Amino acid sequence: MAHEDPRVGAAHDTPDHVHEHPTWKQYRWVALILTVITALEVWAYYVPALVASPFFVPLLLIMSAAKFVIVVMFYMHLKYDHRLFKALFTGPLIIAMATLISLLFLLAKHRAEGAVG
Amino acid sequence: MAHTADSHAPQHHYTTTGLDNRKVAIWMFIGSECMLFASLISTYLIYKGKNVVGPLPHEVWTNPQTGQAMKAILNIPITSISTFVLLMSSFSMVMALAAVENRNKPRPANPAFWWKVENSSKLWLFMTCLMGATFLGFQAYEFTSFVHEGLTIRRNLFGSSFFTLTGFHGAHVTAGVIWLGTLLAIDMKRGLQPKDALWVDIAALYWHFVDVVWIAIFTLVYLIQ
Repeated sequence: MAHEDPRVGAAHDTPDHVHEHPTWKQYRWVALILTVITALEVWAYYVPALVASPFFVPLLLIMSAAKFVIVVMFYMHLKYDHRLFKALFTGPLIIAMATLISLLFLLAKHRAEGAVG
Repeated sequence: MAHTADSHAPQHHYTTTGLDNRKVAIWMFIGSECMLFASLISTYLIYKGKNVVGPLPHEVWTNPQTGQAMKAILNIPITSISTFVLLMSSFSMVMALAAVENRNKPRPANPAFWWKVENSSKLWLFMTCLMGATFLGFQAYEFTSFVHEGLTIRRNLFGSSFFTLTGFHGAHVTAGVIWLGTLLAIDMKRGLQPKDALWVDIAALYWHFVDVVWIAIFTLVYLIQ
């Protein structure tokens, strides 16, 4: 039996297998939290006062980011995985986010200057 | 090194880092996919609000040919349901992986119904495939209804960037459904064992990535007006 072999246990202690996965109960809780956040996002969309307020976009972005992080940490079990995997994911993600934000600022500035001109 | 030992050696492909190269590869692939989808999302956001003609995503617009006022084209209730379905498919995917990893755990003498459910990798893999296919069905419905309402990939900037972004995502979901379908077929044929868990884990990572991309798309494209 693979799991009863102590050598396999040692193999599972190699850097990529040190992860203890969340339990089934935790998986169910994560699913429930994701559902609740999604429901809140959709609810927010249908509240005109909230949509008109300056908090609407930041609120949605925070809720979306929370869902993103929860899935990555628990379902992709990056929280329990080797730091190299974290680097392989977060490195490109940071580059991607920086590019996205830079482009948006650059084009917003360009648009504002065009409007003034 | 313990991990080079005897009969298990052929199943592991360790690199000099001590990490399995298949898992390193999938994380590198996911990292590169992050940049691909970021570029597509950037394009969508840059073009947002620059449409000369309708249909428009969130705003009422006037059809120039008929003079008729047309409603915003995005259907939030339908997309909310498909988003929920995709989120739940991630849940069933982790359950499938856990079932495969725990296959060699001792079976109780009289296992309860829920014990059987929790430990059935076939059931969870099937549910994941089914929910993935359901999501694709919703997307096909959405695309078809958009085309009927006059929004094509060539119609305006919204159409071009929207269909490119969600189409790419849909293609990834399709690839994921096929991948999970092959795992299900293997499970039906010979039963997935704990030694196969890494293959399921790699497929699961891809599937969850597709899910997190949709989390971003749902907020940035559908909800933010």
